Amino acid sequence: MLEKNPVIFIILAFVVIMIGTTITMIAPFKWINSDSDKIAEVKPYTPLQQEGRDLYMREGCNNCHSQTVRTLAADVERYGNGGGFSKSGEFVYDRPHLWGSRRMGPDLARIGLKPLTPAWHKKHLENPQSVVPASNMPSYAFLNKPLDTTYSERKMKLLNFPYTKADLDDLKGKSEMDAMIAYMRKLGTDISVKKAEAATQTPVASTNPFTDLKAVEEEAKTIYKQACASCHGEKREGTLGSALKGSAKSDAELYKIISKGIEANGMPPFGNSLGEQKIWKLVTYIKLDTK
Amino acid sequence: MKAPTQYVDDSVKGFITWSIIWGTIAVVVGILISLQLAWPQLNVAPYLTYGRLRPIHTNAGIFGWGIGSFIAMFFYITQRLTKTPLWSPKLARVTLWIFNVAIASAAVTLAMGINRTKEYAELEWPLAVIVAIIWVLFSINVFMTILKRKEEQMYISLWYIMAALVGVTVLYVVNNLGMPLHLFKSYSAFAGTNDANVQWWYGHNAVAMVLTVPPLAIFYYFLPKITNNPIYSHRMGIIAFWSLIFMYLWTGAHHLLWTPVPDWIQTVAMAFSIMLIAPSQGAVINGYMTMNGQWEKMKSNYLVKFMIVGITFYGLQTLQGPMQSVRTFSAFIHYTDWVPGHVHMGTMGWVSMVLFGATYYVTTTLSGTEVYSVKIANAHFWLVLVGQLIYSITMWIAGVQQGSMLLATNPDGTLHYSFMETMIAVFPYYKIRALSGFIYLAGLALFIYNIYKTFQKGAAPTAAKA
Repeated sequence: MLEKNPVIFIILAFVVIMIGTTITMIAPFKWINSDSDKIAEVKPYTPLQQEGRDLYMREGCNNCHSQTVRTLAADVERYGNGGGFSKSGEFVYDRPHLWGSRRMGPDLARIGLKPLTPAWHKKHLENPQSVVPASNMPSYAFLNKPLDTTYSERKMKLLNFPYTKADLDDLKGKSEMDAMIAYMRKLGTDISVKKAEAATQTPVASTNPFTDLKAVEEEAKTIYKQACASCHGEKREGTLGSALKGSAKSDAELYKIISKGIEANGMPPFGNSLGEQKIWKLVTYIKLDTK
Repeated sequence: MKAPTQYVDDSVKGFITWSIIWGTIAVVVGILISLQLAWPQLNVAPYLTYGRLRPIHTNAGIFGWGIGSFIAMFFYITQRLTKTPLWSPKLARVTLWIFNVAIASAAVTLAMGINRTKEYAELEWPLAVIVAIIWVLFSINVFMTILKRKEEQMYISLWYIMAALVGVTVLYVVNNLGMPLHLFKSYSAFAGTNDANVQWWYGHNAVAMVLTVPPLAIFYYFLPKITNNPIYSHRMGIIAFWSLIFMYLWTGAHHLLWTPVPDWIQTVAMAFSIMLIAPSQGAVINGYMTMNGQWEKMKSNYLVKFMIVGITFYGLQTLQGPMQSVRTFSAFIHYTDWVPGHVHMGTMGWVSMVLFGATYYVTTTLSGTEVYSVKIANAHFWLVLVGQLIYSITMWIAGVQQGSMLLATNPDGTLHYSFMETMIAVFPYYKIRALSGFIYLAGLALFIYNIYKTFQKGAAPTAAKA
């Protein structure tokens, strides 16, 4: 009987499909994004950040960049930027989620925690290869055009995000590039970061323990490539940041700049992330007048 | 045996033609984006950047080629299995028109950057509504034909067809729920982790209800037709059917292992993914056993080649898939090129192989003639097979290489490779992958030529009496 009645069959198939659906897709609404998930510090997007997020969607950035740091040591180390793995509560304002499924570029869930200045982001978006030579990311120089703010206020209302008049005024004269950068700099920054305070203190030894030692060159080069090359050039020739090769500054001066940064120039502090030993190695490498 | 005159097949021909056109576009765009990954300077204009083109590739493939040809085959199969003409040929023609307008608009809007970003559900809400309407119109047509059927018994293919009709409707509608801002922009009805969980419930079951159930319906119908052997076990087909559509819906979260989605959902998804091996392999065994005593047809009958190699890839796909669904393995290969390698074995190997075979069969039957050239069909077979194998194998190697580099740490817990180093390692594979796309496209070109010539041959006055 059953096998011969298409109406009963369709109903039965529907019921069968809905069992797994109900348990694994509908029921979890009870727990996900509930109070237990909540993280008080996580803030909704400002109008400018939301515009940036919409541009991120328009350009399909999610096709190459994920936005979830998995609970794996390597993921946390590579993409956590001090914020650890991703928690459910961080995403409550994300409609839709932008977790992605493929990493042809690095995960961006905590990109805002990286010491990257707006100038760096702009240069990178305009011409990715100018800061990461081997990158296969397309150029997004076309974002250098005025931001369309027609719907900015309506978006806030629709998404039920708080906003002020000042937030809306802030949109005036902004470019799409500005919005994208504002979004990049917001990502992951609501999460409190555990800080290695000790490293920012004045060095234990006030003199460079590695002066002129060619032995540390290889290691220092690696550190340089990861931390400095994107702004100061692969060969220390200076691109976004100043030229460093064979710097005339004293060791102590260089140490201070690297560890504390120079806020006015957009040079971020590396004291927390690198620590004393690595900074001294960098100082040594910078001053070496070799290739 | 030729198609009896009462069957209405103009829409079958229409959908076959257009699905091949959209499929070709999917492959061409696929080649372009594979080249862009190796040579980023090929991203020449905003509407030609990788981020905007990739959804065009996937949507043209899944909706244009996949769903387009499934509609054609379902119209064809349903009429024959019910011994009843299509319920409304007029509705079918209207469906084809809307279908083409929708796919063309999809390509244009995606290129303009109008999208919802949810994978395989990128189309903005007006187009999503139209897609849903197309599916419902098509479903009504097929279902009414079944309801008014003259053949009492419902063969297994009809079961798969009806399950697909219900399944796709539920999945597509729920995942597309949103809050429209204006005509070209909407926000998801779900937020964050909920949205991710709904998305992959949809994403993985799109694989089930679009890329598994319909090709199985087609396979179950055409293999016995081609070989003149009844299917080995109808009962095994039925058991496999119910367990397949029951288990699939639990597995979406295997796309979200190690993410903030609750652990128990991930674990359940893992377990059900492993269990799915049974019904999946059931279909494979059913196919193989149907071939009992006539394996020599793999040599002599080009259609058997497409069908059996297709179901073989299905078998491999449904072993590899569960393996990837295990946490430890997922940690290794998720987010790497392994996954595109896996997906393309399913789409270019399993789904397309079966569709190629079915299209040849339907074309020759409707034209009342033999295929224009068996030689060309064989060349087509080998080119798409080799193209697909090169694609998948290079991507698996690239995935393993990148995956192991990404996880490698120094004794002090710091990372051994920078992200860029892991990319530089896989760039050579991207070039090989692009090459494999050209090989596949060459095979596709032969297929199109062969189908065109067969239709032409059938239309010629000398062949009319045949």
